[in-house]
Amino acid sequence: MCAKQVTKKPGAQVETTGHSWDGIEEYNNPMPRWWVWTFYACIVWAVGYMIAYPAWPLINGATPGVLGASTRADVAAEIERFDAANAEIKAQLIAAPLTSIPTDQTLMAYAEPAGGAVFRTYCAQCHGSGAAGVEGKGYPSLLDDDWLWGGTIEDIHLTITHGIRNTTDPDARYSEMPKFGVDGLLEPAQIDAVVEHVLAISGQEHDATLAVEGATVFADNCAACHMEAGEGDRTQGAPALNDAIWLYGGSREKIKETVTYARFGVMPAWAGRLTEDEIRAVAAYVHSRGGGE
Amino acid sequence: MWDYLKLIVLGVIAVFAAIATNYAHDLAYQVNAIVVMLAAGLTFIWTLRTMGEPKVANQGEYLDGVVRAGVIATTFWGVVGFLVGVFIAFQLAFPALNFEWSQGILNFGRLRPLHTSAVIFAFGGNALIMSAFYVVQRTSAARLWGGNLAWFVFWGWQLMIVLAATSYVLGGTQSKEYAETVWYIDWWIVVVWLAFLAVFMGTLINRKEPHIYVANWFYLSFIVTIAMLHLGNNLAIPVSIFSSQSVQVTAGVQDAMIQWWYGHNAVGFFLTAGFLGMMYYFVPKQAERPVFSYKLSIIHFWALIFLYIWAGPHHLHYTALPDWASTLGMTFSVMLWMPSWGGMINGLMTLSGAWDKLRTDPIIRMMVVSVGFYGMSTFEGPMMSIKAVNSLSHYTDWTIGHVHSGALGWNGMITFGALYFLTPRLWNRDGLYSLKLVSWHFWLATIGIVLYASSMWVTGIMEGLMWREVDANGFLVNAFADTVAAKFPMYVVRGLGGAMFLTGALIMAYNLYMTVRAQPAKAPVNANNFVPAE
Repeated sequence: MCAKQVTKKPGAQVETTGHSWDGIEEYNNPMPRWWVWTFYACIVWAVGYMIAYPAWPLINGATPGVLGASTRADVAAEIERFDAANAEIKAQLIAAPLTSIPTDQTLMAYAEPAGGAVFRTYCAQCHGSGAAGVEGKGYPSLLDDDWLWGGTIEDIHLTITHGIRNTTDPDARYSEMPKFGVDGLLEPAQIDAVVEHVLAISGQEHDATLAVEGATVFADNCAACHMEAGEGDRTQGAPALNDAIWLYGGSREKIKETVTYARFGVMPAWAGRLTEDEIRAVAAYVHSRGGGE
Repeated sequence: MWDYLKLIVLGVIAVFAAIATNYAHDLAYQVNAIVVMLAAGLTFIWTLRTMGEPKVANQGEYLDGVVRAGVIATTFWGVVGFLVGVFIAFQLAFPALNFEWSQGILNFGRLRPLHTSAVIFAFGGNALIMSAFYVVQRTSAARLWGGNLAWFVFWGWQLMIVLAATSYVLGGTQSKEYAETVWYIDWWIVVVWLAFLAVFMGTLINRKEPHIYVANWFYLSFIVTIAMLHLGNNLAIPVSIFSSQSVQVTAGVQDAMIQWWYGHNAVGFFLTAGFLGMMYYFVPKQAERPVFSYKLSIIHFWALIFLYIWAGPHHLHYTALPDWASTLGMTFSVMLWMPSWGGMINGLMTLSGAWDKLRTDPIIRMMVVSVGFYGMSTFEGPMMSIKAVNSLSHYTDWTIGHVHSGALGWNGMITFGALYFLTPRLWNRDGLYSLKLVSWHFWLATIGIVLYASSMWVTGIMEGLMWREVDANGFLVNAFADTVAAKFPMYVVRGLGGAMFLTGALIMAYNLYMTVRAQPAKAPVNANNFVPAE
């Protein structure tokens, strides 16, 4: 139909309307038939759709449509369907002793994807979608066995439930590193020395003389939390300093910054925001990332 | 007497702006007040210095100075808008470009409204005002009505752009997409827009032709509807006359619905109806062919303006919007398909019979591609408004690609064609400086658009599929960040497409400049500039 119009149009047979504006004239061509019929078809379809679905507003509510369709009801039904399908396994997950979950294949088959979905929605913002954390920014990787507050599923469950150093949950895990520099607890020379000691125990290039001096400073000021050899203490969330894994960076400058200003990493409490089955699922998910104990 | 009145008004504005600068509650308002003070002060001085000069009565000639100014402004703002667009495209690909030092000024959140306003209202707006002034004079055989009122429209619009741009980067926004301008700029737009309407209507009323040409129907519908939309969507109560902040009169889903009633019809009447007005003049002019069908133009005009105004709710599918509104938005969008295509058919069929010109005339080529992109995006739009499609496409880059195939392809290309058409005529030059450069522009722009649109289709559909992917237990499979990471290569392609489009526009700016600068004047008196004696 379209082609017919094209062949017909350029010929001189078609009249113009006789108007002329700044030299522009208009042919009196009819509207292309295919255009008219497609337009009609769209209108017919639209009217049909309006009859079938909610469409026209009335004084109270709107025409419901003969199909009785409702997007809200659709969503509610879909949620209900999944809730019903998962109800039993959720109950099992809550009832099971925490320590048995990682080895229970049935539970893990559910907890792994469920916890993964929870993790990617709520945890990924800080810990990364792959749980690798953000090195040097204070967001620990959850893929290794270098745990701050413990890596058993019970530890992880507690951390997720109550969070760390937040102000909303009285049971949150809590500890605070002193601001050795700004609060004047250590002299600048002592800080320089202790930084060299930390570089030494973490196997990095360092000033050997200063480091010896720093060992005393470390023993007097740091060892109470980070322990004698700098192996850290999970009961206080004190990170190990004798390895290559750093929460806020392991360079000379970064360690000095940490000693001077201290750090205060916060994690929200998820109890109340996530249900117990979700917390258990995500705890199992984190536990299964590679470092679970 | 009139001059004295003007001086008093300008003086009062300048003094009030000075006071407002002092009492400003926020930086955006303060800087805007300084800009207003300078603008009023400079106009005051200019008025004072030109007082008493004899007024030249030019009733026998078209008022083309303001169109020339419009050509320059369109080109300038086009380049600025595209440049900001390219920069923010790369900010999305490389987040590090949201530099620390630029935080709060030049980060993506501040530049994005700057880009959209620069291309829609500065580039598109100037193109529409300028071409409306040119076309309505030619097709009515009458000089622009209202003396220097057309100049007020031009300078008022530029002032609006400068105020908007400076307030955006300093955080002045009412957080409505494509209507970010704060309340006092909104009021200024009303003043300028009513002046625009008056100039246009006055000229139409003074016309010497018996009928109103189709281009002018479209221009008029665009001017009237934009006034209505702007007033409806910007009902807000300022928190203080010395603050840029205001509170919207409506809230929640009502506010969202009004916003997209505005937003969709800004596309419909600003970027579609207005630009169809351009198309209906410049395409037959450049092709030297009559318009294909008068009947089609009537039917598709009335169908378009009747149906468009209902289609806004399709922007809010699957939100708090009630189902019935969704249905209306979707069905009217689908019915809108053919009325939109009426313009494409009339444009393309007008060119048929002049197809040989495609080989020799790169301007015609631009117009054909423009109408082609118009057809493509007015098919894509109704398709995306269908709820099942929208559930995949909504919030994805597909929408961005759709907007840009329309904006770069249709609005951009038809405007470039008009600028190439107008420059030699307005400056009375013997043709363009270089047709070869027009060809370069054409290919850079076309390939740029194709890269842009196709990369956004890929990322849009990909991220839509990734977002909705759930496992057997109903859990989401992908993290949002995973979808962002997956889009990176396509974001780079999009940025490159934009850079090509920008390069084309720079070539055009150079070509137009050289046309005015270096081309010999056309020998005989340019009859084009005179109102025919009838």
